[in-house]
Amino acid sequence: MSGVRPTRAARAGRAVLVAIALVWSLGPVAYGVVLSVRPYAEVTRDPLGLPSQLDLSAFATAMRDESDGGFGLGRFVLNSLGVALGTVLLSILVCILGAYAAARLRYRGRALTNGIILAVYLFPGIVLAVPKFVILSRLGLTSTLVGLLIVYVAATVPVALYMMRNFFLALPQSVEEAAIMDGCTLGQLLVRVVLPIAVPGVVATAIYVFMIAWNEYFYALLFLVQHRDRWTAPLGIAQLGDFQVPVTVLLAGSIAVTVPVVIVFFLAQRYIVSGLVQGAER
Amino acid sequence: MTTTAAQRENRSGWLLVSPSLLVVGLVVLLPFALVVVFGFSEIRLVDIPFLGTEPIEWTLDNFRRAVASQAFWGALWTTVLYAGLTAAGSLAVGLVLALALRRPFRGRGLVRALLLVPYVLPVVAAATIWKTALNPQYGVVNAFGRAYLGWDTPVGFLSTTSADVLGIPVPVALLVVVVFDVWKSAPLAFLFLTARLQSVPGEIEEAAALDGANRRQALRFILLPQLRAVALLLLLLRFIWSFQTFDDVYLLTEGAGSTQVMAIQVYTELVTKADIGSAAAFGLLMSLILCVLLAGYVLLSRRADES
Repeated sequence: MSGVRPTRAARAGRAVLVAIALVWSLGPVAYGVVLSVRPYAEVTRDPLGLPSQLDLSAFATAMRDESDGGFGLGRFVLNSLGVALGTVLLSILVCILGAYAAARLRYRGRALTNGIILAVYLFPGIVLAVPKFVILSRLGLTSTLVGLLIVYVAATVPVALYMMRNFFLALPQSVEEAAIMDGCTLGQLLVRVVLPIAVPGVVATAIYVFMIAWNEYFYALLFLVQHRDRWTAPLGIAQLGDFQVPVTVLLAGSIAVTVPVVIVFFLAQRYIVSGLVQGAER
Repeated sequence: MTTTAAQRENRSGWLLVSPSLLVVGLVVLLPFALVVVFGFSEIRLVDIPFLGTEPIEWTLDNFRRAVASQAFWGALWTTVLYAGLTAAGSLAVGLVLALALRRPFRGRGLVRALLLVPYVLPVVAAATIWKTALNPQYGVVNAFGRAYLGWDTPVGFLSTTSADVLGIPVPVALLVVVVFDVWKSAPLAFLFLTARLQSVPGEIEEAAALDGANRRQALRFILLPQLRAVALLLLLLRFIWSFQTFDDVYLLTEGAGSTQVMAIQVYTELVTKADIGSAAAFGLLMSLILCVLLAGYVLLSRRADES
């Protein structure tokens, strides 16, 4: 036993390592937060200094509408919120059905459909960007948030299916069997029996899908760069970076769009992590 | 009775999985078929309104031009270097983190959660912060370097193609992008490795300790072999993902400082040059090369397993 227990030197070494790891992970974020509450003139004069006072005006400037002397981030956030919530709703609805079939039902062609979905998950997304752009612009949807929504649903379905299938597989099967014995139809089984016990898994998957849609940049750039009123929050921040926008305002915007995802992620962290890494234990 | 039950299950299965297949078919398989068509035809952005009304002009020109261009081969090399370094780096950092946090200590749960922050951060926010930190005028890195490390002039981290460090040419901008990506993706490797470590039974280590194995031997001969499979999987996945990265590179450098990766090439062909055929050809070649690299990797690791 004693050979396995760490020595004092090993413990001290680990404490140093943990401290370095925390600085490496959080240092840049802390730097962003500090700059976002410093006045711009102070940042350029003294880049290494700490804030002399708490100046939250950068946040207000970032959020306010252009007509109000701001940079319109408030509107970009609303666009992002709409697209992300729509993506969550559609993607989760499709995936609850698909994942349940993949986890529980024995139908012909099951191995094939599972294989297709996995292959899609690994397929280079950038290659499909070209035809997706062409199709959607032929349909007149590339300059709309609806076009973006379609692309996001397609992008999140494979990973959401995978996560949700893992959650369904981990549920005890006996309850469902009892319900089937009692004459439950498939619809009743899903709504009354499976979903109530699968809520943590569904919520975790929904949050993960939300994060993907909320953080997405490439398709927003490809579809909407010409339409400033429809910019999503990530696109807005990236585009404003090319204009003469004070860096403190950019950072305030970055922090503002980051805080919601970080909070939501940490609330459901345990479930999301277990959904992602399942299968890695073996 | 049993056959009807099986039939019913078959029907329900297809019913439930059909929306997923519909999404995958419409937004993945159909576009894939189209990208092949585009790659072999002369088509530009201005042709989109007439798509489907005019016959396709088939041609091999897109591929010929791509293979003959310096930009293509340059981008390929940059991409392989970038993806390889990112995969190795994020695995290495993830491994160190997972091993450091393996034994319980007070606050471990919190530390674990905090280490995930770079992974959760929106890439645009992360890139904005890094760009600011590396800015030659007011960035903290240059300010620190000039104040304490004796740098004479600020370093343009995101625009410098190559710099001599102790006589060795170093691709500065590319390495910065790699470090950024390692920073963002190592937490995922850390998660997977931690999950695997937790399922290593403690008895094996105890038995080894009883047999007189020291800590380094326990790590080398017991833990690392257990992690081998998941480590190889992580290496493979990160390589695939980094090979197609657009966001991280474009947001940090927009391709400056010799960081033109393949994905940026595809984007440039499509948006700047308005050439759909050429963009499709670049994309197809990129996927083909990725497949060849992966097949080679799988073959090599099979052979290594056998010997």
